[in-house]
Formats: sequence, structure tokens, C-alpha cells
Amino acid sequence: DDKLLSEPLSHPDFFNVKELFSLKDLFDARVHLGHKKGCRHRFMEPYIFGCRLDQDIIDLDQTMQHLQLALNFTAHIAYRKGIILFISRKRQFCHLVESTARECGEYAHTRYWQGGLLTNAHVQFGSGVRLPDLLIFLSSLNNVFEPHVAIRDAAKMNIPTVGVVDTNCNPCLITYPIPGNDDSPTAMELYCKLFRMTIIRAKDKRQQSEVFNELR
Amino acid sequence: LRLMYTATAMQSKNVGASGAEKYTEAFIKKQIEEFNLGKRHLANMMGEDPETFTQEDIDRAIAYLFPSGLFDKQARPMMKHPTEIFPEQRKIQWGEDGRPFHFLFYTGKQSYYSLMHETYEKLLNVQKYQDQLTAQDHLPQKEKRNLVGSRWLTKIELEEMLLEKLSDDEYSRFIQLLQKLMMLPCGDIEEKYIKKFSKEVPVQLQKVVIEPLKYDERGVAFSTGEGTRKTARATAVVYDNGTGKITVNGIDVLHYFPVLQDREQLLFPFQFLDRVGKHDMVCTVSGGGRSAQAGAIRLASAKALRSFVTEKEVEFMRQAGLLTFDPRVKERKKPGQEGARRKFTWKKR
Repeated sequence: DDKLLSEPLSHPDFFNVKELFSLKDLFDARVHLGHKKGCRHRFMEPYIFGCRLDQDIIDLDQTMQHLQLALNFTAHIAYRKGIILFISRKRQFCHLVESTARECGEYAHTRYWQGGLLTNAHVQFGSGVRLPDLLIFLSSLNNVFEPHVAIRDAAKMNIPTVGVVDTNCNPCLITYPIPGNDDSPTAMELYCKLFRMTIIRAKDKRQQSEVFNELR
Repeated sequence: LRLMYTATAMQSKNVGASGAEKYTEAFIKKQIEEFNLGKRHLANMMGEDPETFTQEDIDRAIAYLFPSGLFDKQARPMMKHPTEIFPEQRKIQWGEDGRPFHFLFYTGKQSYYSLMHETYEKLLNVQKYQDQLTAQDHLPQKEKRNLVGSRWLTKIELEEMLLEKLSDDEYSRFIQLLQKLMMLPCGDIEEKYIKKFSKEVPVQLQKVVIEPLKYDERGVAFSTGEGTRKTARATAVVYDNGTGKITVNGIDVLHYFPVLQDREQLLFPFQFLDRVGKHDMVCTVSGGGRSAQAGAIRLASAKALRSFVTEKEVEFMRQAGLLTFDPRVKERKKPGQEGARRKFTWKKR
């Protein structure tokens, strides 16, 4: 049982997430397109490749690295049977995100965030609730273009976060930021597909390892 | 670092946090057993057969054994199946390993948001189907559906269906989504789904049954009507092929109602239908005063005239207010005041 949990941690890329995406895929899905120069957030400057006709272009090499780290981390969490919560406050993609979460067997929250959901969970849900072990932000702003409350709450409750940060977002409190576009439908579909594939892959691997252990 | 979400010992004062009284499954089971035992005891007490003792028998037995003069039926002693008394409760939402069952559990209102998710999915499906049809130029024309006979579920009914509290805004959003789904040309595909959230409302007019004309020994058509106003009760029999003669309690109308105003009230229904000299009327009236009796007879005669007249004219009468019962009665006097509304004279000092 111990070996089951410790073996994946010895490899840098146990679940081989690198093969799920390529630079060309990211480019075709328009992940490199950011907002205009005026919307730029100060802390996003290291991730920006350049600016063309006032529109920021995100550095896809850095995005590749960050995406690989983030997917690897989600795979490990899913392997260890953690609860994953998808968050996105974009009305356009609310249905897509909820369907992705349902297909993975994980959870989603694309609606109005009530203040004490994480910090006051015992009162809101009842005692004995299990809180999510990972939050995935597919868009880290809420409808008023301010950082989502869940980022701060997760940091308070020691819950790791993975988030797609656009050029107008604050990547500070997110543990595994992924600089990339969060407004295009193609980009969002790509992210949903990647997360879905990693989670399903990790869960299948866990089932296989358990079956092997039982056979022995 | 102390992990706040595992420190359950801290939440000692959260009695109200669990919400309204929690009924565990074991508790409800015990209540059902006790109810069944009690039903058999009651049947034995009343001398009936315990096997065939229905809920109506129970209600009658309790009303006999514990007579109560209380006005509110809900306040009287009652013995009902525990599922009717204890409101439906939400069971524990997560399994042994702590993972919640529903994928929208962490939103707080899982049933409402999953309903919205499903309805939106149906909307997307209908739009996709519509696009397919448009590509083949087979788009059907939308006929105007008559919406008179149905209404949407009210907020309270929806809350009961979902077992969750809703806000007005959320309820209105859901109804707007349903209406949008219905308005689409191909919305008929999802009719079954929409019907779950709509209720039949019988149109008001169809409820009222207009009685057919009766014929007496002479072969003259007549019809009866009843009316009340304040404390007066009246019955009127309106005969066809008449000369406009009106008899009240065996006395001619001119002698019974010396005042012109009362006679005008009696005349109003006939005048409205342009049948002033064509009908005879015989009425009986009791109770009330002069004006109340006149009003009662007016209502009774209008109700009787419905049988002589077309449906359109009945609708006109209804809109004129001839068929509406006048609910105004004498308001009671309140203590601390001189009358129903009049207060005692206010003295500054």
C-alpha cells in the first residue's frame, strides 16, 4: 500500500502528461492571445512574450512548462483519490466546465460563490464535510473582473490551486499558474480536454495498480 | 499550522447550524412502527377490524375520542402517517470516504443548479437540432400555442420539489429559461420535460355550469336563481313569455318596494339584456333590510337569466358585475374605538 503511493512520486513525469499536448495544439487553440496592453497586470509581465498592435502575446514555451507541472500535479492528486473542484465564473463556458467535471467524476462550481463555502463549511454543509483537495480555476476572475474569492480562501485553508491566468489576472496566490488565454472557446475546450484526459488516466492507473497489488 | 476544517471539537455551539430539526432514518422508522401499532390499538378500541382500518376511519375515530372546538383544523389532535407529519429531510450527501455523491455538491444548492444545468443542456440540444433542420431547409413554422390552460409551478412548489430554499431571482431565472426553451420553433421535442414544471388551470368560466331551461305545466319556460346580499337570502323564478310582472313574497313589487331605488335595482338585469317587458318574476326573500333584499333579488334574477341567454351575453353580465356576489358585510366594532372605524374623540389634555 505504501509502495502504491510512494512509487509515482519518484518519477518526474509518472503519468506522461507531456504527450497530451504540443506547442502547435496550443497555438491553434489561440492560447497565446492575451488582452490589450492597458489591461496588463504587473505580475504577468514575466510570462508575456511581447506585444503586437497593443495586444499582449503570452510566451508559449513558459506555458508549456507550467502546463506540464500543473497536469502532473492534478494527475497525482487524482491518483491519490483527492477531490478536485473546477471553478470558472465565465457564463459562456459554465455548461462546458460542469459537463467536464461530471465526466471525470469530479466536482464543479461555476455559479455565484457564497462567502463561507470553504472557510465556513461546517456550518453551511454540516459537520464531517470533506473539503476539496485541489481547486482548478479555468478563469481566475469573477464577473466583476476581480480575483475570485476562492483563490484567497484556498490559500487560507491550505488547499493547493491550479489556475489558468490571463494577462489581466493576478497569479500571486495560485500554486500552479498556467499563463494562457481564458476567453476563447477553443482554448477553454482544449483545457477541459487536457484536464479530463489527465484525471481519467490517473484514475485508471490507480485502479490498475490496486488490481496488481491484490493479485500479488 | 492548525488545519481548521478538521477541528470538529471547536464547533460546539452549532446546534442551530444543522438547520431545522434533523430526523434520522432510524427515528422515522420507529415512528412508522409506532403509528402502525397505534392504528391497530385504535381499531380494537373502536370495535373495527384492524386489517381494514383506513386513514378516514382513523380521522373519524380521533375526532370522536378527542372532540375539539378549535377553529384551526391543523391545531386539533391528529393521527397521520409519519411521512405526512415530518417534512422530507435531506439525507447525508457524501459517502464513507467523504466524497459527495452529486457533482455540484460544493455549490450549496445542488438540486437547483443541476436543474438549471439540465434545462440549459436541453436548450442546446434543441438549438443543435434546429441548426440541422435549417441546413436542410426543413424548419417548421411555429404555431401559437394556447397558454390559457396552464401555469408554471410557483416558487413554493418548486422549493418543495427541490427540497432547497430558493431566492426570487433564482426562481425567475429558471422560469425565464423554461419560457425561452418553449418559445423556440423546435421546442416541442422537449414538451415532456417542460410539462413537469407546468400545471393545468381550469379556465374559470368553464367551471360554472349554466342550468338548462325547465318547462312547467303550461309549457312556459322558466329558470330559478338564488342570491344573497348582507343578511338577505332570495330565490327568484323567472318565467318566459311574460309582461314584466314582478311578485315578491306574494306581494306586488310596487307595494313591497315603495322606494324607486330598490325597484331600479330589480330592473337592472332585464334592462341590461334588453328584455324589460318579456319576463315574469316570482321571488321569495327573507332577512336583511330594504336595500339588501333588493340586491339579493337582483343577483338571483341575474343568475336565473343566464339560462335564457347566449354565452357571450353571460360574459357581458359577468363583466358588468351582475353575477358577482357582493362580499361587503357589516364590519364589527372593535374595543377601544367607538365603532368599526370611528375612534373616540381625541382630547389633547
